[in-house]
Amino acid sequence: MKRRLVDLAHARSGDKGDTANIGLIALKPKDYPILVKQVTAARVARHFKGMINGPVERFELPNLHALNFLLHGALDGGGTVSLKTDAQGKVFSTALLRMEIEVKT
Amino acid sequence: MISRPTTVRVAGGQGFWGDWLEAPYRQVTGGPVDYLMMDYLAEVTMSILQKQKSRDPARGYASDFITQMERILPTVVERGIKVTANAGGVNPRACAMAVAAVARKLGLSGRLTIGVVTGDDLLGRLDGLIARGHDLKNLDTGRPLHDVRDRVLSANAYLGAAPVVEALQRGAQVVITGRVTDTGLTLGPLMHAFGWADDAWDRIAAGTVAGHIIECGAQCSGGNCLHDWKRIPDMANVGYPIVEARGDGSFDIVKHPRTGGRIDVASVTEQLVYEMGDPNAYITPDGVADFTTIQLKQAGKDRVRVSGIKGKPATDKLKVSVAYFYGYKAVGTLVYAWPDALEKAKAADRILRQRLDDLGLTFEAMHTEFVGADATHGPLGLKDIDVAAIPEVQLRVGVRARDEAPVDRFTREIAPLILNGPPSVTGFAGGRPKPEEIVAYWPALIDKKMVEPAVELIET
Repeated sequence: MKRRLVDLAHARSGDKGDTANIGLIALKPKDYPILVKQVTAARVARHFKGMINGPVERFELPNLHALNFLLHGALDGGGTVSLKTDAQGKVFSTALLRMEIEVKT
Repeated sequence: MISRPTTVRVAGGQGFWGDWLEAPYRQVTGGPVDYLMMDYLAEVTMSILQKQKSRDPARGYASDFITQMERILPTVVERGIKVTANAGGVNPRACAMAVAAVARKLGLSGRLTIGVVTGDDLLGRLDGLIARGHDLKNLDTGRPLHDVRDRVLSANAYLGAAPVVEALQRGAQVVITGRVTDTGLTLGPLMHAFGWADDAWDRIAAGTVAGHIIECGAQCSGGNCLHDWKRIPDMANVGYPIVEARGDGSFDIVKHPRTGGRIDVASVTEQLVYEMGDPNAYITPDGVADFTTIQLKQAGKDRVRVSGIKGKPATDKLKVSVAYFYGYKAVGTLVYAWPDALEKAKAADRILRQRLDDLGLTFEAMHTEFVGADATHGPLGLKDIDVAAIPEVQLRVGVRARDEAPVDRFTREIAPLILNGPPSVTGFAGGRPKPEEIVAYWPALIDKKMVEPAVELIET
């Protein structure tokens, strides 16, 4: 069945220049492998299509049951240059939590 | 033989300049702490402070810090608490003199030694450095600093924990720095208290991770915590974090008793991933921490044990933060009400854009958001809601240009829409938006050997 990431994970994001980071953390450690398998860099790039101008990188932190995504070109120049409300990418993480993934029932 | 403590408690008192004014006082009075760490410097703060200093050579530091010190100094002196703060901005010496004056006013003359850390300010040395082949390439774009040299407003190398350690070893009770890393303000006290060597890479990594966890204040103790946020107790009385460290590099994150908030594995994990790049290599001037080695365990109520951290040797570079004048921007807003709130806002945006176009104005960027509909989640959120039912939408339009003229003209095109655009519009009480100067950030690297941190002591 399809589940939204918000039911399986929590998240926090921040910025480095024009790059937003999203740390995605499994609510239950047993769900971490599902995140690793389904929330790929390519899938995240498709999710944010039209919202970011650069590539998506992914790093794994199995010790924290977390994935870290770097979304390049996400902040209209970032920091003081950006014209966005979320110029520092503070809530980009919540937009990722809308993603639906397939979970075995 | 120097006797070493079993545990050392470093309290986080400010996560940024503008953080909760009550926090430092509560941290030094709410229970035992050995050190109070306060972080004041964001990337753009240095350029603001540089501007202040150019107008008045006695300014250029975080003025709020002086008010804070006036409030906490009697307790700090009485209890022997040491303070580390990068509140010095671009004028750490003036900041220290202001604190010394406060100490004298409080009757603490002769009872306080202040350490001042300088050497991070490269503004006066830039031309010499560039001439000697240090081109300070932008880490994002690869362009040499030469391209914007005439617009540079401030340039500071990020110093690490070493000068903080030196100041503490020479007897400073309050250490005031310029651009020292946020993490160095926590690592320095731990290196000093436990006598950690500057090549004890695992311990340096551990102290760095400890610093990262508490450098944003309550953001690790329940603040801005998405996990189970509705049930985090007593946030009005939130407890700021304390690192309770041991000499082997393991530490607990705790807070004072009878405070609100929550410290659990989830809240600490959220802070660990905040602003994270490559977790295998969190690079600081002091060493490189591997975040994939961090082990977290709930060790009691509001107590998370952190252990297992591995580090790698420091690089031979320091990061440099340059601020330069970029251009101008302005943001204008109007609020449109139901019925058809979003449609009206979209129509207003189209009209505005056509008028700007007809005026022949060009911008480097023009950005429209419909706050309440798509500002933070783009099109992703609109799929799930009945758009026609939205009670109101804020049209928010921003423009950016190298010159002020087109930006200024843009600011005069918002208000007319109230009478000559789509209906049901309000929310213009703030008046015409003002063109704003953009100070942009230029990250670069420099050879470590080119930067000489200096420490001096001031007696009160």
